[in-house]
Amino acid sequence: MTFVFALFLLTLLVITALAIVRSDNLFVAVMLTSIFSLLMAANFFILDAADVALTEAAVGAGVTTVIFLSALAMTAEREKFAHVGRAAALLVVIVLGALMTYAIFDAPRLGDPNAPVHQHVAPWYLEKTPEYIDIPNIVTAVLSSFRGYDTLGEVFVVFAACIGVLFILGPRPAGHAAQRPARSSGLKHHLIPQVVGRLLVPFIVLFGLYVQFHGEYGPGGGFQAGAIIATGVILFALLEGENAALRAVPQRALMALVIGGASLYGAVGIVCIALGGNFLDYSVLSSDPVFGQQLGILIIEAGVGMAVCGALLTIFHAFASRGQG
Amino acid sequence: MELLGYFNYFVFVVLLMIGLYAVISKVNLVKKLIGLSIFQSAVFLMYITMDKVEGGTAPIILAGMPEQIYSNPLPQVLILTAIVVGVSTLSLGLAIVVRINESYGTIEEDEILDAD
Repeated sequence: MTFVFALFLLTLLVITALAIVRSDNLFVAVMLTSIFSLLMAANFFILDAADVALTEAAVGAGVTTVIFLSALAMTAEREKFAHVGRAAALLVVIVLGALMTYAIFDAPRLGDPNAPVHQHVAPWYLEKTPEYIDIPNIVTAVLSSFRGYDTLGEVFVVFAACIGVLFILGPRPAGHAAQRPARSSGLKHHLIPQVVGRLLVPFIVLFGLYVQFHGEYGPGGGFQAGAIIATGVILFALLEGENAALRAVPQRALMALVIGGASLYGAVGIVCIALGGNFLDYSVLSSDPVFGQQLGILIIEAGVGMAVCGALLTIFHAFASRGQG
Repeated sequence: MELLGYFNYFVFVVLLMIGLYAVISKVNLVKKLIGLSIFQSAVFLMYITMDKVEGGTAPIILAGMPEQIYSNPLPQVLILTAIVVGVSTLSLGLAIVVRINESYGTIEEDEILDAD
């Protein structure tokens, strides 16, 4: 039954992707991208990746769509009908596709327990996590402890991208289109979205906090929580207007979240060195190494959540305020 | 039936090629970025396909069930972070597109090249 459902979802994915590429209305293409992400999230869930599904649903279907739409509001809604070298592109794509199709017959079949990917470090993670860290969610354990370096790097990439967007879309030079009256933004005149949305915002943020602090026991963690809380605040901004959202969570606080989150993660690593361990080796944080690991994971997940939430909201506000200016 | 075991990989190839086609042949910069994100999603799908183990469940340890098979946590960790990094880099690209539109008044690549 699950198998049939997976076939159905994968076929829908391909159809949606074709529709996205064929549509010449960019607004339609972006809305279809949102559906594409939701289908992808359902697929991830079927393939046992609960954490990834949660992330894809929050980021792909939520944040990405809003950022695309705010960029479209500043550019053009329709694509001019033009192709460069369509035949050549089709030829390249078909040849490459045929080669890759030929190659996938060497790939292990779906669900094969003897596939090479299941032989290397993965069994070790599954076996040793209860002993070294003793938390049920192995994805969180690998993410924040065993492969903590990677995650630190990813957090700094998010940080750098956020700074980059601020540099490119920062405040305009003074006097440039500053006199225009502030548009009455938000969905203030639409009663039903307004009422339902207002009810939803606190619960979305609450759910984000649950995902943050329950990430060791169930699917979740800093990345998902940051994205979910950011979606909650973005929904508030869409309902009440961007200025109301900036009053609730000022830009200064967002920057403090981004910088504080990234530094908190790095600081835990330094503290570990100071206490005589290796960088990001949380075992030394407490006299009981297992509790030290859990403590370290809790702190760095909080740092990740702060950094991701702050970065996504900063990016959103950079686009939104540019569009109004 | 044997072929169906590879269906996820077929979909991966098709999605990858759809994304690549959009990146190569579309002139509109936003459409190129959408194509790039389809390409990226296809790669995510391939990684997550690899993590599945027959009869397995999500890698969250169930107390009192020592015989339970779990899927591979490692590809999930890699893709989880990649999704969030993907949205940040995508918005960096969109920011550049917005600035190009402010300077040139268009986001069609051929018109931008003509204007230069």
